Amino acid sequence: MSVLVYIDHAGGNIKKVSLEALSYATKVAELTGAAGVTALVLGSAADATVAGLGAYGATHVLWANNPLFDNFDSGAFTKAIAEAAAQTGANLVVLSHNSRGKAIAPRLSVRLKAPLIAGAVSLPTLDGSALVVRKSVFSGKAFADCVLAGATNIISLNPNAYSVAKGGGSCSVSAFSPSVSAADFKITTVSVEKQSGDAVPLPEAELVVSAGRGMRGPENWYLVEDLATALGATTACSRPVADVHWRPHHEHVGQTGITIRPNLYIAIGISGAIQHLAGVNNSKVIVVINKDSEAPFFKAADYGIVGDAFEILPKLTEAVKRFKAEHA
Amino acid sequence: MKILVCVCQTPDTAAKIDFVDNNTQFNANGVTFIMNPTDEWYALVRAIELKKQHGGTVTTITVGGAENEQTIRKGLAIGADDAVRIDTNAADSYGVAAQIAEYARSQNYDLILTGKETIDYNGSSVGGMIAELLDLPYLSGASHLDMPDANTAIAKCEIEGGIETLSAATPLVISSQKGMAEQVIPNMQGIMLSRRKPLTVVAPAAINDLASVKVFEKPAPRSSVKLIDPDNAADLIRLLHEEAKVI
Ligand SMILES: Cc1cc2nc3c(=O)[nH]c(=O)nc-3n(C[C@H](O)[C@H](O)[C@H](O)COP(=O)(O)OP(=O)(O)OC[C@H]3O[C@@H](n4cnc5c(N)ncnc54)[C@H](O)[C@@H]3O)c2cc1C
Repeated sequence: MSVLVYIDHAGGNIKKVSLEALSYATKVAELTGAAGVTALVLGSAADATVAGLGAYGATHVLWANNPLFDNFDSGAFTKAIAEAAAQTGANLVVLSHNSRGKAIAPRLSVRLKAPLIAGAVSLPTLDGSALVVRKSVFSGKAFADCVLAGATNIISLNPNAYSVAKGGGSCSVSAFSPSVSAADFKITTVSVEKQSGDAVPLPEAELVVSAGRGMRGPENWYLVEDLATALGATTACSRPVADVHWRPHHEHVGQTGITIRPNLYIAIGISGAIQHLAGVNNSKVIVVINKDSEAPFFKAADYGIVGDAFEILPKLTEAVKRFKAEHA
Repeated sequence: MKILVCVCQTPDTAAKIDFVDNNTQFNANGVTFIMNPTDEWYALVRAIELKKQHGGTVTTITVGGAENEQTIRKGLAIGADDAVRIDTNAADSYGVAAQIAEYARSQNYDLILTGKETIDYNGSSVGGMIAELLDLPYLSGASHLDMPDANTAIAKCEIEGGIETLSAATPLVISSQKGMAEQVIPNMQGIMLSRRKPLTVVAPAAINDLASVKVFEKPAPRSSVKLIDPDNAADLIRLLHEEAKVI
């Protein structure tokens, strides 16, 4: 057994979700007695960054230090990853189920004729020679244990489903030259617009402060943002709030928005409709703040405060600031 | 411009999810089915808008049995010109994608649209698989799509922490999400017209599935909520630190 991990990075900054994928792959290699874990880096990065992957479990790095890969095209990247899989004889390819992973993994599945579990949330168990991996289905309302029994298999790991494990390991790095040329890049990046602030992107966030129609209007969102900033959390919202443009679309969580599983989800003035719960009920800890003690969300919560968000939020923000000062 | 929109049927978003046969099968008994929201609200509606702009046709394609026909007729009522149903129940995303790719291969579509994922199996894979099978460019999770002319697609795709504006020449495959269009409710005229629009049933190609589900499980219910006095909001922060250990 041999494991290949595709490492996603932005301008040479390795994404945390890829370190999760690498830590996960290292654990899978240990469980299955695999010979080693090869990490694949495509595009420009610093030598130290690439060599540093050893600390997360990589025994070897293949690096295509070629500026062609500083542009993204799922077709070209798939071709390169497939060549790396062939070169290393990989039986398992692991990558993050982030935006790049969602574009690459299905293509790679076809190219390698390899079964894919898209959005795994657990380590695999062994069933004979097959791997059984859990993923969320029905947008968080259930799990499915899926069988991977290909000669090569692919797992795309959900963000926040496995913790980054850093050790003292080191790795060798070798140059990788896939037969990819400019002609394989058929997509042109016209521009990239950064989303405001330095908050962690919502799909990767460990702490999320989310609010709904109970906030009455966008002019009141500073209360939500103040709490999020104090906690170092990312903001989210319910669907109607995004529909009326109080908040941007990418903050919409739920069955028809994005599904998240942070360590902490604080829901403020959100009733807890089934479509909303579907997207967040795999969060580790849920806190609900709602003035209506009958709000359905309380049934899905670990902690609750029944009361007016407009009074509670400033108090909570103050309490977080005090807590942070004491624990600084 | 020839546009193909992949649409499928999923349980209603409000449906209670249950399983039978030792948790190996979804229990469809008593479940209302709808068109997968991202297929309907974004991919199909935007396809119809683009057709109005550039002329051409919008065809929907569905892999599944005759029980899908009400959903397919809804797509025609919203404004698709015709529909194709490939008469088989695929067991995984690859099965669906391979059937669609086999059909589309000879049809020269300029644009193939899918929703970003289905709300039942959450595979988010069909679009990318079709693209690879047909060797086409693929844009995943577009929240905006413009076609300044019939040969060029300009899309906005969300990446973590930002939005990319990307351009590519047709033919290509795009998966669609919120932002691309606004939901359209079919009107009476659309519903009347839809009855006479062609729905072609196609025999499936011989395709093997890749992955399979062994067993389903529902998440364990949470233990009951611990209520905190609103006058003592600071207590929550202490509990999140000491007891829940999340901050
Ligand atoms: C097909 C379909 C798909 C859907 N997908 C999604 C989805 O993906 N995500 C999603 O979120 N929804 C989705 N919905 C909508 C969902 O059904 C609910 O309508 C929505 O989640 C309600 O949003 P809300 O909780 O913000 O608003 P409301 O339901 O209006 O709830 C507002 C809450 O705020 C509380 N409140 C009011 N004032 C205060 C105050 N001062 N202090 C504290 N609390 C206060 C109220 O008690 C109430 O509980 C979907 C619906 C359909 C039909």
